[in-house]
Amino acid sequence: MIEWVRKVFGAPTSSTTAKERLRLVLMTDHLALAPELIENMKRDLVDVISRYVEVDREKVEVNFEREDRALAMLANIPIVSVNRPSPPPAPPVEPVVAGPPPQRRRRRKKPPTQNPAAAH
Amino acid sequence: MSMHELQPSIEPVAVKLGRAIVVTSGKGGVGKTTTTANLGTALAARGARVALVDADVGLRNLDIVLGLESRVKYHVLDVLDETVSLEDALVADKHCETLFLLAAAQTREKDEVDTEKMRLLIESLRASFDYVLIDCPAGIELGFKNAVVGAGEAIVVCTPEVSAVRDVDRVVGLLGNRFKPQLIINRLRPQLVKKGKMLSVEDVNAILHLPLLGVIADEPEIIITTNRGEPLARRHDSDTANAYHAIAARVAGEDVPAPTVEANQGFFDKLGSFFGGRRA
Repeated sequence: MIEWVRKVFGAPTSSTTAKERLRLVLMTDHLALAPELIENMKRDLVDVISRYVEVDREKVEVNFEREDRALAMLANIPIVSVNRPSPPPAPPVEPVVAGPPPQRRRRRKKPPTQNPAAAH
Repeated sequence: MSMHELQPSIEPVAVKLGRAIVVTSGKGGVGKTTTTANLGTALAARGARVALVDADVGLRNLDIVLGLESRVKYHVLDVLDETVSLEDALVADKHCETLFLLAAAQTREKDEVDTEKMRLLIESLRASFDYVLIDCPAGIELGFKNAVVGAGEAIVVCTPEVSAVRDVDRVVGLLGNRFKPQLIINRLRPQLVKKGKMLSVEDVNAILHLPLLGVIADEPEIIITTNRGEPLARRHDSDTANAYHAIAARVAGEDVPAPTVEANQGFFDKLGSFFGGRRA
């Protein structure tokens, strides 16, 4: 009966849930096993943002968080200064090709004083 | 003959070395030992000379599955310590004269195994056997390293479960490219797959991307034959036994049709049609 209700309302079967969990857990595992990949990504990310604003490279933090059904990258990039006299000379950047669809990338750009972790 | 004499480096003539294949999975309880016993039995049934090595030092079990527990006198560590010759430590199978077992030490620990000596032992076996199947312990610590060190190929056993697939993914990452890992999916329940209650062969391999050696259904006869210590692959009269023989043929390089779930569905199909089920 419960199965029937689930079918009617389009709830995922348990194998779909298993597949989804497996996909997420493996993404997390692979990231954890590739620290140099994360370092490279962090460097590139900061390079791009630095074209627009001055950031504190020493305090950049990149973390990955599991949310309900997605993996999110959370980058904390403290901005030191936004006083850029000339527009950025950077060439047009190709949009970052996202990985599997539910993988979202979010960037939080906050000055260090507003960083809740650093508030204490 | 001592182990020393068996070392290929001492042999003046070039001998064709057999293939050393490690059967591994990362996770415990997915059926490595049962797979090793049945694949070894099936390869030996084809006439190949097969040595099965239980590398699970401290938790010996391959002898039980093969029904050879009463014949084991010596074990891997006796050979590594050179207290017993390799020939004396090998246990002959009761039914198949080309099948041999080298048991694990039950009262010793995994860290007592010297990795380099283990590599030489497997190399010695390769000189006398067509296949050396190494039953790897669960985990990725020293026991895994010692089981893998002498192998040239790997077979990974995976059940259709999130935890098993995750561990196989990790193990395949650790093995790297050298071992050309091939996949056996074990304990599949086609009826559950059909109802969307179990990961399918395709689901598992969409993640692992490994050459598929075979699929073994979760059948009571595997439990029964293991209870009796008579590997199912001694027989040719059941779908599951034949699935092992097909895997053995594939390992031997024969071009056997790709394994399908349907090929292992016999029992469930019969059950399904008995209850009036219809299949497209």
